[in-house]
Amino acid sequence: MWQFFHKLGSPKWFYGIATRLMPWLLVVGAALLLAGVVWGLAFAPKDYLQGNSYRIIFIHVPTAFLAQSVYIMMAVAAVVTLVWRMKLADVFVKAVAPVGLVLTFLALFTGAVWGKPTWGTWWIWDARLTSMLILLFLYGGVIALDRAINDEKSAARAVSVLVLVGVVNIPIIKYSVEWWNTLHQPATFKLTEKPSMPAEMWVPLLLSVLGLYFIFGWLACLRMQTEIIFREQRTRWVKDLVMAGRP
Amino acid sequence: MSEPLLKAVNLQCERDERILFRELSFSVMPGTVTRVEGPNGSGKTTLLRILAGLNDAWSGDLYWCGQPRARHRESFLRNMLYLGHRPGIKPLLTPMENLHALMAGRRPVSEAVLSRALEGTGLAGYQNVPCRNLSAGQQRRVALARLLVADEPLWLLDEVFTAIDADGVQAIEALLQQRAAEGGAVVVTTHHDLKLPGMQRIVLGGGSVNDG
Amino acid sequence: MTGNPVRVHPVAEGVSVAGAMKAVFLRDVKVAFRQRQDLLNPLLFFVMVVTLFPLGVSPEVSFLREAGAGILWVAALLSVLLSLDHLFRHDFDDGTLEQLVLQPQPLFLLVLAKTLAHWMLTGLPLVILTPVLGVMMHQPGNSIGILCLTLLIGTPVLSLIGSIGAALTLGLRSAGVLLSLLIIPLYIPVLIFGTGTVAAASEGAPVGAYLALMGAFLFLALTLAPFASASALKISMSNS
Repeated sequence: MWQFFHKLGSPKWFYGIATRLMPWLLVVGAALLLAGVVWGLAFAPKDYLQGNSYRIIFIHVPTAFLAQSVYIMMAVAAVVTLVWRMKLADVFVKAVAPVGLVLTFLALFTGAVWGKPTWGTWWIWDARLTSMLILLFLYGGVIALDRAINDEKSAARAVSVLVLVGVVNIPIIKYSVEWWNTLHQPATFKLTEKPSMPAEMWVPLLLSVLGLYFIFGWLACLRMQTEIIFREQRTRWVKDLVMAGRP
Repeated sequence: MSEPLLKAVNLQCERDERILFRELSFSVMPGTVTRVEGPNGSGKTTLLRILAGLNDAWSGDLYWCGQPRARHRESFLRNMLYLGHRPGIKPLLTPMENLHALMAGRRPVSEAVLSRALEGTGLAGYQNVPCRNLSAGQQRRVALARLLVADEPLWLLDEVFTAIDADGVQAIEALLQQRAAEGGAVVVTTHHDLKLPGMQRIVLGGGSVNDG
Repeated sequence: MTGNPVRVHPVAEGVSVAGAMKAVFLRDVKVAFRQRQDLLNPLLFFVMVVTLFPLGVSPEVSFLREAGAGILWVAALLSVLLSLDHLFRHDFDDGTLEQLVLQPQPLFLLVLAKTLAHWMLTGLPLVILTPVLGVMMHQPGNSIGILCLTLLIGTPVLSLIGSIGAALTLGLRSAGVLLSLLIIPLYIPVLIFGTGTVAAASEGAPVGAYLALMGAFLFLALTLAPFASASALKISMSNS
């Protein structure tokens, strides 16, 4: 068990596993995402209230969903960094924080695009959009702190503390923003899935969420590999790897 | 033979992708003075900060009185005195207030004792002048007054001789020697050519541990 | 010369945790009163930011009455943020922080003492000044009372959360801006409940539950923030 754990922390071991895993992640992810999005955009039935404009949920919901789970994943990795000082965990945080930022931005952007036909305005201070905006700030802070600290180990640990403080705050932020929303604009039309969504709608939605998870896995592996190569550039195995790549 | 106060086994420290030292092992025995030597940038201050527990970017083992230091942190901190480049003197407070504040976190000491310590470092008459109005050497002496009231058996002193005049240097040398004679252990980094009988030397920058 | 026997002392032979916390608190207060301008700056900033709103938006009584509480809360939040940079910076520069980290008492309690001193020297004066500005912003009497109460509960939370950011950004370039980026998102819940409580009170709704919730925030911040700040401080120390 311990040996496995130790191995898991070894960048070289991870590099090998990731290389083998990545094609699968990409193929499965792309297939699922494509199926979900095409089904959702072209074949799913129209919404009786919103017409075709609702179809953006097949992009909006997966990005929003993933943007939040990435932060949770980072928090788990942060605990691992602080408690076990596992190098790989901190590589993960560093590699996926910008991905999380982009996903959050996409969720906000698609939310705004959805808002235009639905509310007649690009932006309203809806509880979900506002929470996503704050999540964007949190990601921004994590990335800014990571860039500001030169020393790799200190950066990893400082960022871990920040991510953990952020993750404690996320439910509080969500709760308070929802409360604030009811205080200021009761009963507006909300960006929520209706509870009685027909199967023709939620199955493609589920497919695209799953697909995006796989794509995220692929992207995380790719970015982690890049980071590992950079960090371990002076080690034997990286030199061998680079030399092997040359003719 | 008594037990070493502090024992380092296979210390290694890497900074900015450069290995400062590796496989560094030594013991700090009670009743000894140890001098850490090496050119600028060889990691003298870093080593001292590692020993004090301020820097934790290192690998290896550190033992406090024969026990792993990490598990006896409280006892270690109670019995270790560290004086850094920046000695913890607030420019807005007087020497007396500074000394009082520094001791307040460690053990109760009466005003009279503190006052005597300040006089002992040649600061008589300056007790109530804000430290920012004192010279660099005088400020340094405020920190040194701390040594005169210290009951910690292990001292880690970084560049204690900086900005101190010749008389002061002699006084510090005498103090270190006396401390060792009383059974305390002192680790110093300095560019000053410190020579004390029986002094242990740790040479950084491709070096090793010698007894000189 | 020293008269102190050189031997390894048991931990109990030292200063109690409470005594050490009191010493840290008193030193910070004493230093602050030697540099009174630093105490005044956040207050002046607070007043100036509030002044910008009637000038920049509208001096209409109806606008100020509606927006006043929010403006005062945002201004208070910004002045606390401004003062946070000093929380550990001077101690870091003169080496006092090294000595603090190396004290045998638990670091998070010493950090708590420092944070409480910070609140007493910045947050509390803001609360005391609030009634005057509340009147200038045409707030009704009972709103001012509730506003002061929410700030009294809320400003310690701002100091506590802020201490984490101050510890994380210690010794970095452009630490001030970075500190704001890290901390503002975390301030949002306190701001929402602070202003929301005042708004509810002005509509005549009962606010006991909201105040209790803010109290819960304070409790949460008191128990968790010092731990986070202490570990952040150790990381920043190790980096320097």
